[in-house]
Amino acid sequence: MKQLLIPAILAALIAGCSSSPTGPEQTGAPVETRGPGIATVTAGPVESHGLPAELTDPKSILSKRSVYFDYDKFEVKAEFKDLVTAHAKFLASHPQFKMLIQGNTDERGSREYNLALGQKRADAVKKMVVLLGGREDQVESVSLGEEKPKNEGHDEAAFAQNRRGDMLYSGEF
Amino acid sequence: MDVSAPMLRPLLKLRSASLIICSSLLLLQAPAQAELTIEITGAGASRIPVAIADFGGEPGVSRALTSVVRNDLERSGLFKLIDPSGAVLTETSSPVYGDWKNKGADALAAGSIGASSDGRQEARFRLYDVNKQGVLGGLAFVTSAPMLRAAGHRIADVIYEKLIGEPGIFSTRIAYVVKSGAARYELHIADADGQNAQAALISKEPIISPSWSPDGSRLAYVSFEHKKPMVYVHSLASGKRVVVANFKGSNSAPAWSPDGRKLAVVLSKEGGSQIFTVNADGSGVQRLASSSGIDTEPNYSPDGQFIYFTSDRGGSPQIYRIGATGGDAQRVTFEGNYNVSPRLSPDAKSMAFISRRDGAFRLAVMDLASKQVQMLTDSHKDESPTFAPNGRMILIATEMGGRGVLSAVSVDGRIKQRLSIHAGDVREPAWGPFTK
Repeated sequence: MKQLLIPAILAALIAGCSSSPTGPEQTGAPVETRGPGIATVTAGPVESHGLPAELTDPKSILSKRSVYFDYDKFEVKAEFKDLVTAHAKFLASHPQFKMLIQGNTDERGSREYNLALGQKRADAVKKMVVLLGGREDQVESVSLGEEKPKNEGHDEAAFAQNRRGDMLYSGEF
Repeated sequence: MDVSAPMLRPLLKLRSASLIICSSLLLLQAPAQAELTIEITGAGASRIPVAIADFGGEPGVSRALTSVVRNDLERSGLFKLIDPSGAVLTETSSPVYGDWKNKGADALAAGSIGASSDGRQEARFRLYDVNKQGVLGGLAFVTSAPMLRAAGHRIADVIYEKLIGEPGIFSTRIAYVVKSGAARYELHIADADGQNAQAALISKEPIISPSWSPDGSRLAYVSFEHKKPMVYVHSLASGKRVVVANFKGSNSAPAWSPDGRKLAVVLSKEGGSQIFTVNADGSGVQRLASSSGIDTEPNYSPDGQFIYFTSDRGGSPQIYRIGATGGDAQRVTFEGNYNVSPRLSPDAKSMAFISRRDGAFRLAVMDLASKQVQMLTDSHKDESPTFAPNGRMILIATEMGGRGVLSAVSVDGRIKQRLSIHAGDVREPAWGPFTK
């Protein structure tokens, strides 16, 4: 096994073996030219900053950030209208703040198709936020599809928690 | 190497003795992040009996080489490995055909590996037709100790091609994503047998939809590292990354054009999820199609003329195709109410996709001329099909015992292999191209 420790260098074609009557018929390219090595990249973390207390205080409605959806449904349900209204008003009174709305789905089905379904949920929340006072350029709607479940379970109770839109403010994304 | 990194341990169950040597050999390679296990759960109906004799040369080295060759051929499900009974046979020996015929072999490979004067190694082998008593082919090439596995894959490719009549895929690579714990995502590149895995990208946020450039040098994928999906093109050798789509909203589902110059991507910047094309450097964004609903999962036909995609324009997600520069879309799937993730076979004759049947998501393949659909699995959570570049196998993500695993299925559904990682979920496979 000692020989195996010999370092690898770029190899060249061996000449002559194809003409030998007892040797193999073809001479191949060196194996090293097959493909490059892999350089590992680590993606940088996103830094988060402090937020005003009214967005984080559990007693404030603005600390609630999630809108839940029914199975295969993409409309904001009546029970979440007060919540969305409160956030739209906050954006209107804090024009320097921006909001990222992340749409999410449960795990069933294609990841990319679910990404598109999550976008429909984020778009529905954004539409309502803008209708109720947020500026169009304050709000961005994106999708995380099925990639970031709130509940990692695989039953209907878990799925219901994962079909949602989350509202994030500047400093949280 | 980092001694704390877990060692890669091949656990192919068929030839454990030779694999012990193989394992120690792997210590010399780059550290891998996780160990991959391959299990074979099916084989072809008729397998070609082939004997790989013990090659000449330093016994540890030649055994490591021949074990790679034997494992590749056995794992393909198309060969029955005949026990060579420990006889060393080099490419210059004259095989006694009668003996090999008595052992049941139709084909025999013999060879050697030896150190050349400059410290490199030379692998040589010949393949014989035992019944016709003649030479079928052979090859000689220079290799080096860390590339011994690659040399074995290459020998297996030549044997496969001579005996099956189509190129082997043992030297190709696969990409896939490993999720371990709540917030560790790694994009791995491994040999087609799951060995020699290396991380190209490590992130705390999800990575999905890897797609190989046609020359195998770059991967396009979707990364959520900025809290939203953005499309990157990543050069594997240098680690250099280019953001090719970061528009307002979501950016996803990259698919390379066969000439490697463009990507089809899905953007929500103009409302909804719609297909656009963009140059590989991120310039020249053009909208391809317009629908009021969802268009996603584009996939170019091998000739570059069409883009197959998933759309809910008819009420349920179905597969359509459109000209690569636009035009009218034609519906391709009609059976069932959930058909997604189209992938064209390399010969463009069939299409792999995922179809929901009785609530279960299963791999299906459609013959595009006859429109006949065949279900290839009986699992419940198949995703993300990807063809081997010779069109013989389809790799998918699926679930076993609550864990994400990869499964390779032959296009006739007979041969099945499972690739899993003990400590995590494996998903989002993409089979790389042939590399010259």
